[in-house]
Amino acid sequence: MSHAAAPPRPPPPPAEEHPTATGIDNRKLAIWALIGSECLFFASLISTYLVYKGKSLIGPLPHTESQCMLHGKLQTCEGVFEIPLVTFGTAVLLFSSFFVVLALYGAQRGNRKMLIGWLAGTVLSGMFFVGMQVYEFTHFYHKGMGYGTNLFSSTFFTLTGFHGSHVTVGVIWLATLLVLAVRGKIPAEKALNLELAALYWHFVDVVWIVIFPTVYLLR
Amino acid sequence: MDAHTASHAGREPAHPTPGLYLKVAVVLFILTAFEVLTFEAGRGGLGPALRPLFEPIVVLVLVVFSGAKFVLVAMFYMHLKQDPRLLANLFAFPLVIAAVIIAALIVLFRYWRMVGAL
Amino acid sequence: MATGVLDHAPAAPAPETTGIWGWITTVDHKRIGILYGTTAFMFFLLGGIEALIMRLQLMKPDNTLVSAATFNSLFTMHGTTMIFLGVMPLSAMFFNYFIPLQIGARDVAFPRLNAFSYWVFLLGGLFVNFSFLLNAAPNAGWFGYANLTETTYSPGLNTDFWVLGLQILGIASMAAAINFFVTVVNPRAPGMRMLRMPMFVWMSFITQILLLLAFPVITVALIFLMMDRHFGTHFFIPAGGGDPVLWQHLFWIFGHPEVYILILPAFGIVSEVLPVFSRKPLFGYTAMVFSGAFIAFLGFGVWSHHMFSTGMGPFADSFFAISTMLIAVPTGVKIFNWLGTLWGGSLQFRTPLYFAVGMVAMFIVGGLSGVMHAVPPADLQQTDSYFVVAHFHYVLFGGAIFGLTAGAYYWFPKMSGRMLDETLGKLHFWLMFIGFNVTFFPMHFLGLNGMPRRVYTYPAGLNFEFWNRIETYGALLLGASFLVFLWNLGATFRKPAHAPADPWRGATLEWLIPSPPQEFNYAEVPPVNSSTPAWDLRRAHGRPLPEPLRVSGAGIHMPRPSKWPAVTAVGVLGVIGSMLLTHAVQHWYAITLTGAAILFYGVYRWAFEPAF
Repeated sequence: MSHAAAPPRPPPPPAEEHPTATGIDNRKLAIWALIGSECLFFASLISTYLVYKGKSLIGPLPHTESQCMLHGKLQTCEGVFEIPLVTFGTAVLLFSSFFVVLALYGAQRGNRKMLIGWLAGTVLSGMFFVGMQVYEFTHFYHKGMGYGTNLFSSTFFTLTGFHGSHVTVGVIWLATLLVLAVRGKIPAEKALNLELAALYWHFVDVVWIVIFPTVYLLR
Repeated sequence: MDAHTASHAGREPAHPTPGLYLKVAVVLFILTAFEVLTFEAGRGGLGPALRPLFEPIVVLVLVVFSGAKFVLVAMFYMHLKQDPRLLANLFAFPLVIAAVIIAALIVLFRYWRMVGAL
Repeated sequence: MATGVLDHAPAAPAPETTGIWGWITTVDHKRIGILYGTTAFMFFLLGGIEALIMRLQLMKPDNTLVSAATFNSLFTMHGTTMIFLGVMPLSAMFFNYFIPLQIGARDVAFPRLNAFSYWVFLLGGLFVNFSFLLNAAPNAGWFGYANLTETTYSPGLNTDFWVLGLQILGIASMAAAINFFVTVVNPRAPGMRMLRMPMFVWMSFITQILLLLAFPVITVALIFLMMDRHFGTHFFIPAGGGDPVLWQHLFWIFGHPEVYILILPAFGIVSEVLPVFSRKPLFGYTAMVFSGAFIAFLGFGVWSHHMFSTGMGPFADSFFAISTMLIAVPTGVKIFNWLGTLWGGSLQFRTPLYFAVGMVAMFIVGGLSGVMHAVPPADLQQTDSYFVVAHFHYVLFGGAIFGLTAGAYYWFPKMSGRMLDETLGKLHFWLMFIGFNVTFFPMHFLGLNGMPRRVYTYPAGLNFEFWNRIETYGALLLGASFLVFLWNLGATFRKPAHAPADPWRGATLEWLIPSPPQEFNYAEVPPVNSSTPAWDLRRAHGRPLPEPLRVSGAGIHMPRPSKWPAVTAVGVLGVIGSMLLTHAVQHWYAITLTGAAILFYGVYRWAFEPAF
């Protein structure tokens, strides 16, 4: 209960209309509470993936050859993962985090060009990542890996699928902000609107930082 | 609510500069590259000579490197280094619980079941 | 109920703040609190009726009042209702109404999110209970153990209603938890430091942290189960390599913190009531705060004590046994501090004190049998028997419901402006206290004699007849006690509303403003220099404080009513509820997409609507 023990801060000056006891904006605190909660959401998905790792009764498997049903008959399938593609997607997602901090930097200083440019870059990166995932999922499906095929496919699709849906929500959120930014509705004093989305976006990124090695690089 | 966000921005400590952000991005990229290279070396993709060297340390490298990436993003991009400690605690506490739960389930399902009678 | 109380407050109330539409669009934490309370009390009565039918069925051996199938639905819905639709939202009523008042705030941090939580809760509760109309009420137990809940053993919509209903209710709880977490941390009045907050606020705060961290786990478990049932996965199906024990782990990682989610608010209420009616401050305030936090923290490391019978091996058994016993320490600290608060106090024997003392006494009984379960060999004898039923009713009824009822009598004057009748209140207490013990204490005996839980009947000659008959009489008495409560409520609402601002000589801020409070709560927040600001003021004043006047709210900006939270809640229901139809309707996803469209539209309108 570390925050419970945090020393109380002196109240802000009463001149402010809606003071907060900690000086942190309500919405920022809320998004952090949401992030804290989401840690447990992804922890549950990751635990399940790891608990069931290697326990599939039939192929395909992530890295190794296995017997799997394809086109109605049992045959030998290779490992499904394509590490180079996912590595590239991972790098794009990492860089999108870099882009969004620059967009926020621009927003906080009223630099509209910087805000719009980097924010557009973030949205495009996010869309690329989602696109990569859609491609990957389709590809796996054609390799005989349906959602319920085996424990690996179910845990894999659920974990990465929920991460992907978080990325999608982030893309929609950031794209909305991009439209607002283009219309000039995110002046410096409203940079917090972007900061909230950016915090969420970074969280989605750090979750992928955990998922990528756990799922793709752990044999 | 918007009326007072500006005054908050003034009270919170300054966030880092683009230069630092770029450095972090480069480090993140390099660490990711090392993760993938370790994986490749560990499965013999970079020549059979490297495999026995890397295979035993893959998990360790992945845990350390991805942990480092996680911390870098949280500290610099999510501004936990500069923002009030409360926010860092708000992230750290759930992470501890999450890590304990992941570890406990792995031990319960993979280790103790393997040992059988235990 | 509490509409039209703003006698002298011409703060330009918007025209849509009255009538049904006013309640639908309200963002006032007090009105939402009343909505929560009314709805939850209805569900609570429903759950109580389900319990009474079960007791009548078990009154004599080989009874045929209800069928085995109906009995399955009754115990499943009784548990689900009491936990998710009864105790949790009754606590939420008090969070809503009293967290902002006790910390000296105008409203919660996110008034519209608060309305959203309520509407999602209401729709989720109706959704689960709608199953009765289709003769498809959930019937696989409130903890929905896999693989009983898989389609092989639970075909039909019953379990789907349960899975999806809990998912909807989880969204309500999560939204509320974020809201109250921020509300406690941020909009506190000047001087209201963390370690000056009333104990109810503290325990509620810890509850929100538990909600935030425990609910995602059940969300994931329910997603897995839904995927198994509708989309062909094998997460918990052994035939596909899945492991049903994983469901138990995920469920109890949520389920044990959930136990503290249910009990900590009641702990907080009792910690408010005891000092006020003992006329002395809470004994060991800081120890109370940290023992509460410690209980919550340990609550994440004990879940497997619900699963000793799955055979986890001696290491795991020992670990979870020890961590469970450790929880007795901070709980004991709390109990001794309550006793220390009463000790030497000038006790005022009013109804709230009766219920609060009853809670302490009954919780001790439940706590002691809880420590017995922590011993794995003993637990293996008790598990799945009526002994366990006795235990958790002593903590959840004897603890949570007694505590919540204490809160209801304590805060009713503040919420309604009317005093509940003392004589009827004490009658309520004695009927409830006697009825409760007569119902649940013999369950200890029955359990140790081998009567299993969840059986719809038992043959004669097993020595179960006598106590089962006694228990049913107790349950009827318990039911009668709530009739007395309803009678009390009805009689009170026929009387004029002129309760004083501070009928009990309360210690906390809410007693310094009129009953019921004006829309804006505090025109000016009183100074806070300790954890008992109202007592400080009274002491400084030297004689009783004058009755606070209703003041003009001119110039105070209150959040505007909004219909978008309710619209968004309908979208949530559409998206999640549509999963019910994956097997029944060919184009079920059309409903999902419609729900998603409503959700989207609601969120966007909400986001772009000015809050003030």
